[in-house]
Amino acid sequence: MRVGLFIPCYIDQFYPQVGIATLELLEKQGCEVVFPPEQTCCGQPMANSGFEHLTKGCNDLFIKNFEAFDYIVAPSGSCVLHIKEHIHDPASQKPPEAASSDRTDISALPEFANFPTAHSRHNIPGKIFELVEFLTDVLKVDKLEASFPYKVGLHQSCHGQRGLKLAQMSELMAPPFSKPQQLLNLVKGLQLVELDRKDECCGFGGTFCVFEEAISVKMGKDRVADHIRHEAEVITASDMSCLMHLEGILRRQQSKVQIKHIAEILNARL
Amino acid sequence: MSGSNQKPLEVPEQSEGNEQGSPQWGEPKLSSDRTDFNALPEFAKLPKANSRHKQDHAALAAEFNKDEPRVDWHDETLWWVRQKRDKAAARVPEWELLRDTASRIKDNVLSNLSGYLRQFEEEATRNGITVHWAADANEHNEIVLSILSRHKIDKMVKSKSMLTEECHLNEFLHEKGIDVVDTDLGERVVQLAGEPPSHIVLPCIHLKKQEIGEIFHEHLGTPKGNADPQFLTHAARLHLREKFLTRRVALTGVNFAVAETGEFVVCTNEGNADMGAHLADVHIASMGIEKLIPQRRHLGVFLRLLTRSATGQPITTYSSHFRRPRQGQEMHIVLVDNGRSVHLGRKDFRNSLKCIRCAACFNTCPVYRRSGGHSYHTAVAGPIGSILSPNLDMKKYADLPFASTLCGSCSNVCPVKIDIHEQLYKWRQVIVQEGYAAAGKTAVMKTMNWVLSHPGVYHTAGKTGRWFMLNAPFTVKNGFNTWYRQRDMPTPPKQSFGDWYKKNKK
Repeated sequence: MRVGLFIPCYIDQFYPQVGIATLELLEKQGCEVVFPPEQTCCGQPMANSGFEHLTKGCNDLFIKNFEAFDYIVAPSGSCVLHIKEHIHDPASQKPPEAASSDRTDISALPEFANFPTAHSRHNIPGKIFELVEFLTDVLKVDKLEASFPYKVGLHQSCHGQRGLKLAQMSELMAPPFSKPQQLLNLVKGLQLVELDRKDECCGFGGTFCVFEEAISVKMGKDRVADHIRHEAEVITASDMSCLMHLEGILRRQQSKVQIKHIAEILNARL
Repeated sequence: MSGSNQKPLEVPEQSEGNEQGSPQWGEPKLSSDRTDFNALPEFAKLPKANSRHKQDHAALAAEFNKDEPRVDWHDETLWWVRQKRDKAAARVPEWELLRDTASRIKDNVLSNLSGYLRQFEEEATRNGITVHWAADANEHNEIVLSILSRHKIDKMVKSKSMLTEECHLNEFLHEKGIDVVDTDLGERVVQLAGEPPSHIVLPCIHLKKQEIGEIFHEHLGTPKGNADPQFLTHAARLHLREKFLTRRVALTGVNFAVAETGEFVVCTNEGNADMGAHLADVHIASMGIEKLIPQRRHLGVFLRLLTRSATGQPITTYSSHFRRPRQGQEMHIVLVDNGRSVHLGRKDFRNSLKCIRCAACFNTCPVYRRSGGHSYHTAVAGPIGSILSPNLDMKKYADLPFASTLCGSCSNVCPVKIDIHEQLYKWRQVIVQEGYAAAGKTAVMKTMNWVLSHPGVYHTAGKTGRWFMLNAPFTVKNGFNTWYRQRDMPTPPKQSFGDWYKKNKK
């Protein structure tokens, strides 16, 4: 099984240890992991700011780097969701409503249909996985050689949770489940703390964090306070962007609470 | 052709669409929190993305956040309502099926709107109701005024109607010398305070009981310092009773109108719509054209969803059906378009017309809870307002689709399954494409995109460290300062993951 490792730009630049943990974790599970060196970004920062029409370059680059792999895995629910939802759009040339409503029928169209050439061949939306769901759903991991003897608060990142359905959301009246929790439960010594608001957004939100600074910071402070109130020593998530935001707030408060990406915990031997 | 030629001419300071009559909107007044920017080093004064809007959502929300305990109180109050909604929904085993059914019924309505409207008009007319058609807010207001004038009436009571807020009916009638008393308790409070509602179901949720005590002391003469809710409610009751008994015209909103029977349903907890309508000689009901449902049997689906979603109650205290005027009474319905048919034509956005105005998306929205309704500077605030308002005035409300983290909670509490957060995303694209994004933001995005589309540039930029620290996707506004003001930067590592991989894995 050849896995293309997608390390989102800000993880590459700021949190290399998360990339390393992801790589090691996958290799421990017997995957052949390759990191295509020419990769950059999923394009989400531009697209979420209203500039999706600019992201064709990012999309094409992504397809070029990753189309050959059996699977693509990234330690970020948000970037994966973005790729899943947008990479097959020919950079918004097509009316968006056609893209959204016809999504499932696309493969049934004849070859000459006027879609981006790479579309049905690269199948990137179908083979890209966020790390946690790749471990639980594809590799079906049910034991881990990991230990992490700390009280941990799990931050449910919105795009992973509500977008990729990594966990049941509190809004829906449906049976609960949580893939990140399922994995964290396999880690020796780890104690998960309960939160008052188990799936409230942290307020990062891409460029929201600077364009709506006041609300973003307030949301982050409130999220951090929930974890601290329940005596978490470490806050984890499957999205580093949320954690980067929360870390910025924790450091400013000179809090001792640490942040760790879930890959670092699942790969820990402490 | 002529349309596109005219467009630039409208741009400078035209207060078209400025129905609120708020001249400060166009004034180049800097809000106080923006003054911080002057303290920043020169290089950090990059694009001022919001300089076009003097008071956009971000600025108004920052203002609201100056009083943090108040933000906490506002957030917790609304979160409590969200939790009540969760409990109420959890008690209905078929909740998700109900949502799905409601969504489909509304889809059907939107796809057959003109037919249902004609059917409704026919049935309502047969029932003895006078049906009026208003293309826009102004026509609606003129129709209401003409009914009042015909009866030579200059005072009326009004129960809750967000449509009349949208049309700014109170201001319009006030200018014409008509005295309007809002009879919903929360609406009356904000009316006395001279403010618009901050929430479509809980209009004065932004006010604390002590503040309401003060407002009542000033306007209704209650003892100073008395903030006992029961006492204040009683005072309001006495005050409003006199209004009910002396007004001959009552205006109500409409929650649902049934095409099959020509009747309409008004949901209230206080019974004020009934009190007004039953005591008045003339009952005027204002409704947006999207409020229709096909048949009476569909009503149960919506009544079960509406109040559970809104406040966590199983149903409103009163769900009043109005079908025909009682003997000697006049009953009017004003069917208002005001941009709805344009909205219906926007394929990506039309299903926001399914909205039944429960405000569940307000209560769940982590941004709304912490920014307050007035920060949205529009009649219908919150996530749903952020996708409805740009249809009414894209320039004025260009900021609203950006007042969200796209967390998706709104779409999943919505009882009629409107894909709110996806529409927020799509509005962002439209707003940028239509040229309502700040030039500075566009420049930054283009640079960012160029770097991220060219691996070589990206790697060099990353290696120098500084570039990425200053221009990373999350720091684009003012160098790193907007991030750094209240948050620390991540500690830059010695090497990127890519560098590590090259050394260790190849």
